[in-house]
Amino acid sequence: MKKDIVLKINGEEREVTVESRQTLLDVLRNHLGLTGTKEGCGNGNCGTCTVLIDGKAVSSCLIFAVETEGHEILTIEGLAQPGKIHPVQKAFIEEGAIQCGFCSPGMILTAKAFLDTNPHPTEAEARQAIAGNLCRCTGYDKIVRAILKVGAKTL
Amino acid sequence: MTEYTVLGKRLPRVDAQDKAIGRAMYSGDISLPNMLYGKVLRSPYAHAKIRKLDVSKAKALKGVMAVITAEDVPEQKEKSSPKSPRLAREKVLYAGQPIAAVAAINLDIAVEAVSLIEVDYEELPPVMDAFEAMKPDAVLIFPDVYTNLQVLGQTGKTTAPSNITWQVEIGSGDIEAGFKGAYVVLENIFHTQAVHQGYLEPRSALAAVDPRRKVTIWTDSHGAFGVRDVCADFLNIPISHIKVMPVEVGGSFGAKQFHPLAPIAALLALKTGRPVKIVMTREEDFVATSPAPASIITLKMGVDKEGNITAAAVSVVCDIGAFNRQVGDSLGSTIQELSLYRIPNLSIKVFNVITNKAPTGPYRAPNAADAAFAVESQMDLLARALQMDPIDFRLKNAVAEGDRVITNPPFSRIGFTEALLKMKDYLNRRDKPEGKNRGTGIACGLWPAFGGACSAQVNVTPDGSVTLLIGSLDLTGTRTSLAQIVAEEFGIAFDLVTVVTGDTDAAPYSEVSAGSKITRQMGIAVRRACQDAKDQLARQAAPLLKVEPTDFSFTHGNVQVNGMPEKSVSLSTLVRNSIGRFGSGPITGRGSVGVHPTAPIFVVQMADVEVDKETGKVKILSYAAAQDVGFAINPSLIEGQIQGAVAQGIGRTLMEEYVFQNGIMQNPNLLDYRIPTAADLPFIDTMLIEVGSGIEPFGARAVGEPPMIPTLAAVANAIHSATGVRLKELPMTPEAVLKTIQAE
Repeated sequence: MKKDIVLKINGEEREVTVESRQTLLDVLRNHLGLTGTKEGCGNGNCGTCTVLIDGKAVSSCLIFAVETEGHEILTIEGLAQPGKIHPVQKAFIEEGAIQCGFCSPGMILTAKAFLDTNPHPTEAEARQAIAGNLCRCTGYDKIVRAILKVGAKTL
Repeated sequence: MTEYTVLGKRLPRVDAQDKAIGRAMYSGDISLPNMLYGKVLRSPYAHAKIRKLDVSKAKALKGVMAVITAEDVPEQKEKSSPKSPRLAREKVLYAGQPIAAVAAINLDIAVEAVSLIEVDYEELPPVMDAFEAMKPDAVLIFPDVYTNLQVLGQTGKTTAPSNITWQVEIGSGDIEAGFKGAYVVLENIFHTQAVHQGYLEPRSALAAVDPRRKVTIWTDSHGAFGVRDVCADFLNIPISHIKVMPVEVGGSFGAKQFHPLAPIAALLALKTGRPVKIVMTREEDFVATSPAPASIITLKMGVDKEGNITAAAVSVVCDIGAFNRQVGDSLGSTIQELSLYRIPNLSIKVFNVITNKAPTGPYRAPNAADAAFAVESQMDLLARALQMDPIDFRLKNAVAEGDRVITNPPFSRIGFTEALLKMKDYLNRRDKPEGKNRGTGIACGLWPAFGGACSAQVNVTPDGSVTLLIGSLDLTGTRTSLAQIVAEEFGIAFDLVTVVTGDTDAAPYSEVSAGSKITRQMGIAVRRACQDAKDQLARQAAPLLKVEPTDFSFTHGNVQVNGMPEKSVSLSTLVRNSIGRFGSGPITGRGSVGVHPTAPIFVVQMADVEVDKETGKVKILSYAAAQDVGFAINPSLIEGQIQGAVAQGIGRTLMEEYVFQNGIMQNPNLLDYRIPTAADLPFIDTMLIEVGSGIEPFGARAVGEPPMIPTLAAVANAIHSATGVRLKELPMTPEAVLKTIQAE
């Protein structure tokens, strides 16, 4: 069944007609052209499609678009301000935490949501926080270092 | 040592920012107007006859624009590429094999159409075990495949068909005398498992056709030229009728040299005249791509009382899956890992065996981690038997410059001893893991380097910046390291270099980005292109500065007379002159490389583990990797390669495996096929050793593949150290570890 909904994405209201059974991921990528959010598995196991809904990290492949009406959705495209990238993005770039980059949007958003609630994490806390986001390139070493770097900076 | 200004620096990847903000484009991100969606029908059986294949209902479905089967694939040339998909004709040979493909106006209709294709299968017993497949009375997967024999210099073919596609035996010295003279002889059988490369981006392809029927393709791969050639072969059209676009690739590790989708998307696009996009689900990606093969390795080794290896005899049975896609790595990598040590008497036997599983393919140093798992586990056991320190035992037998193994050329300058000593020093300095059920293991690995044809073009622009045009795809940060080379050559700032990856019509040819070759091999082409442009600039500068055109250095954006900083002219001025009214023409440098000497790479790694004796769970407490990199062009990129490779090795050692039941994979998802998460791993310490290779570029050695080679054995040796039990079969899941502990 088709439904007209209004999604608040990256601070902007977007009207879109969707099938009720369409996932948020599908709508972001295929209706709204927001392809920064990637699909790695389609069943919530890899964290690649993570977006923030009201500040919380959510696998967008596991939520229907119609459920997200009335909520604040942040995708990777909305994290950087014009001319100014977010400190988490900056740390990922500087620390060499980005290789193939396919997990990076989801990983960065998960890290951002985590650091918002736990600004000065330990290594173990950082590892737990991103354990739902798979990365095959980095061994997570430089990703964890990037997160800890952001945590140390704001101390 | 030469002082560099840009080389050797920890510069961030040039592609990092676009990836961090979600702008980087992967093939699945691209959509075109009027695009159709493709879906592939895949075999649900591992081995079956196709009695009937009827696509009429699928074709009749509203919104379906084309359905193809093997009948629609153009007559293949005599030798079709093993990197193409093989649509089943009379028989399906593995669960996941493509049978038909559909293009429809949306994905829902494509999926429905696939479900309407009627196939009448006659199930056959699947051949799943390589040992069973070798027996004379085994079910034959192909009635007309005979074994290629290469036994001790004799070549031939078996007279009876067989599931063994290749049997090879080589040796040197006197193997019997070698074992006779030994003080300790150990023989063990090691099993490695098939694993998926585990890249996060599932396979995808988009193909479009223009009115002249030229096909344009976007797909995840190692090399655009390889995609072009494979698709041209599949479609039986000239390569000039295909253009492959560069895209970002979401990980590959060897897998994406096989092209399961692009040829099918291209054929559907040619049939319909419309763009066709196909993206695999994660389940399809597990069952229908090209996992790394499993091996059964029987290894016998002897040592004398002083700890000198006297002989080694190895027999490798490599389960290559349903087609003979991957041919020589089982032998080549076995030779490599035995070449770590001086072994006077050597016998190597290899059997490649086909089974009803997905055809296997390369994975980061193909087959080498398997071979090293056997060799380096055995070395640990021998050191224990001799009560020698495992590093001292290896130092005693380590190959050095001038040593040669079998038919390989003698080793050039290598850093094996340096890497072993570095690790010894590291182990001596740190705090040993104290406490019960904790232990340390070390292991080594060796990898040759591969070359290949590469070409590059540099254009010096009127503002003094430089663009580099290449056709190689960037998997490991090669755009960044190549940009560093350009900046160093011209004496300009790193951010004044722009790297452009061209499509196959625009860019000069490049070999696939595999074999850890691009920074080295393309690096040589890039240096040559820079030199060409610099020669042109020098010729322009010479009359202006009234000196010979050989007396220049390039620094701070200027061409400067050697030793006379006041006599210089900017690149910008020279280029503006060159394109001005009286100029001699634009400054464009070209460089190519073909055959070029390569240098081997040695790696030494150590793992500290803790084993929970109640549950069998292995925890990696700490990990360190020493690698001779020759010269570190970008240390940060190299560390990233090493850390990623180690994580993959740990995954293969402790958790990853294909679980089959009656030939069907039971765990085709990332929950049941577990790969390491951040919580499974510690920080991975890296030690970059720079024993220059003495060859271009800058003495740098290959980086990407070698660091996964020793990891399996390092962890296995650490588990032995922690528990006193030896595991010889992968993966070492908690269940397997517990079983072994309880059996002792």
